Amino acid sequence: MAVTARPARWHRNLSAKIAAIPMIATALVVFVGGTAWTVVYSFTNSKLLPREKFVGLDQYERLWGSAKWLISIQNLAIYGAFSLVFALVVGFLLAALLDQKIRFEDTFRTIFLYPFALSFIVTGLAWQWILNPDFGIQAVVRGMGFESFTFDPLYNPDIVIYGVLIAGLWHETGLIMCLMLAGLRGIDEDIWKAARVDGIPMWKTYLYIVIPMMRGIFVTAVVLIASGIIKVYDLIVAQTGGGPGISSEVPAKYVYDAMFLSQNLGQGFAASTMMLLSVIIVVVPWAYLEFGGKARRV
Amino acid sequence: MSDTVTMKGKPLTYSAAETDPAVPRHAGSAVAVGPSGSKPQKKLSRRNIVLYGVLILAALYYLLPLYVMVITSVKGMPEIRLGNIFSPPVEVTFAPWVKAWSEACTGLNCDGLSRGFLNSVQILVPSVILSIIIASVNGYALANWKFKGGEVFFTILIVGAFIPYQVMIYPIVILLREVGLYGSLTGLIIVHTIFGMPILTLLFRNYFASMPEELFKAARVDGAGFWQIYFRIMLPMSLPIFVVAIILQVTGIWNDFLFGVIFTKPDLYPMTVQLNNIVNSTQGVIEYNVNMAATILTGLVPLCVYFVSGKLFVRGIAAGAVKG
Repeated sequence: MAVTARPARWHRNLSAKIAAIPMIATALVVFVGGTAWTVVYSFTNSKLLPREKFVGLDQYERLWGSAKWLISIQNLAIYGAFSLVFALVVGFLLAALLDQKIRFEDTFRTIFLYPFALSFIVTGLAWQWILNPDFGIQAVVRGMGFESFTFDPLYNPDIVIYGVLIAGLWHETGLIMCLMLAGLRGIDEDIWKAARVDGIPMWKTYLYIVIPMMRGIFVTAVVLIASGIIKVYDLIVAQTGGGPGISSEVPAKYVYDAMFLSQNLGQGFAASTMMLLSVIIVVVPWAYLEFGGKARRV
Repeated sequence: MSDTVTMKGKPLTYSAAETDPAVPRHAGSAVAVGPSGSKPQKKLSRRNIVLYGVLILAALYYLLPLYVMVITSVKGMPEIRLGNIFSPPVEVTFAPWVKAWSEACTGLNCDGLSRGFLNSVQILVPSVILSIIIASVNGYALANWKFKGGEVFFTILIVGAFIPYQVMIYPIVILLREVGLYGSLTGLIIVHTIFGMPILTLLFRNYFASMPEELFKAARVDGAGFWQIYFRIMLPMSLPIFVVAIILQVTGIWNDFLFGVIFTKPDLYPMTVQLNNIVNSTQGVIEYNVNMAATILTGLVPLCVYFVSGKLFVRGIAAGAVKG
């Protein structure tokens, strides 16, 4: 079409190629180069500065022998599993409720989504205050006469991660609700009519007809939540600082602490490589399912 | 699924009235919209009570933290110590806000959050502009000037968006240190531009690709070049997507904590980092009202963006989410 044969190939679309230099540099230097660099240096015994003294899998052995890392992984698993289930269920329920042709739909949606605009730092600090045992919910309920009422998730190592979960869900369910609502709006009205004529109860219509039709949206939501889970860092820093003790540590914080606080670069590299590995385990099968079989269109 | 589809449209007229896409019928706007206000007696049915009850309860849960933050920030410390965090203030004071803005201490600096605010603005404005310029030109080149290898690099970019930041942080620290930008605002701006690139490029590429191709072809026939088409045809036609991109970047960059804490020095910390340092500092008496005022102040910018932009915000995150 418009691009007729030009004499030399390399300067065809030259402007476009020049315009794409930042993208190419980012893709190659930062994303490919940076990742490869970190993976390679995770096999060294770098401490304060990166050095090329390779020690095999030493860093990984030390990593998996460290209590802090094991707790981090455990917390991430708990946080991740609950966050995924609750965000999907609550997000879908809220969307389904909003989809009942109600009044003030915009108002409700605005209220459900606003936490998503706030940073994790703000979210964490707000919930830190509400969950504060001396002033927050616990104190208020005790003030009402229930003297033995205990609700101090942020000060109890056994349940601290659930305290973080409350804040995390507050932040993200609005987004999932929005996605789900868009999905519900995409369902043909005729399907509802047909189901109603057949006398299928509403919950059955949702469960067996609407939700299977929204498979794409659910997959997107899962990918979105999952990629958010692995990044959880600010929320922990603001809400608990990893405490009490090390009971609410997460991998992203482990990496930061190792690299920038305890001058233990090798550990940081090994831990971040493990994070990368977990992402690969999640993303590759998904990408294969989504784009593998069909003609690829991003 | 297929058996339900075959039945569609059988008795359409039967339920048409109640399934009509409800025009938002706000009180007072009883202008002739046709007879859409059907069955008003059903307004207080059991179903509606449950429906609105659940929604209102959920709304209260979502509003609770904001409410608590606001009322805590206007109470005096004695009142906070004695009272209930959910009860409205007896005496409203704005002293905590003043203190949070101009006196609260982090480390050696005691000039409050105003410093962090200024730093955040200085980070935000160039980062947003730079990242959007680069990403829009990129997306335009990818969508309209397909060149060899373009898709490959784009795929790397999108896949890269899934890599945890932690994996790439240290190499960037080294690169920035090499060029003397580590610890400076410029360095942080570059980092924001880099990590904003995947999602923004995707956004612009898809938008430009959805524009009618004839437009581009006609301009080419008329002899317009790469930049001419970009500035005179594409740019004026893509204002909405620029607004979406700006919303996305302003909230994203303002809310960033990780990059701020890694790539700047204490003097240059953005507002989120400074806020965290103020609130979670272990020295001195904890002033909860000042902390809450500081927290609200930090959340104010994205909240304003959110409430002003409304539907566009939703569109921005949907665009980012659905395809990202």
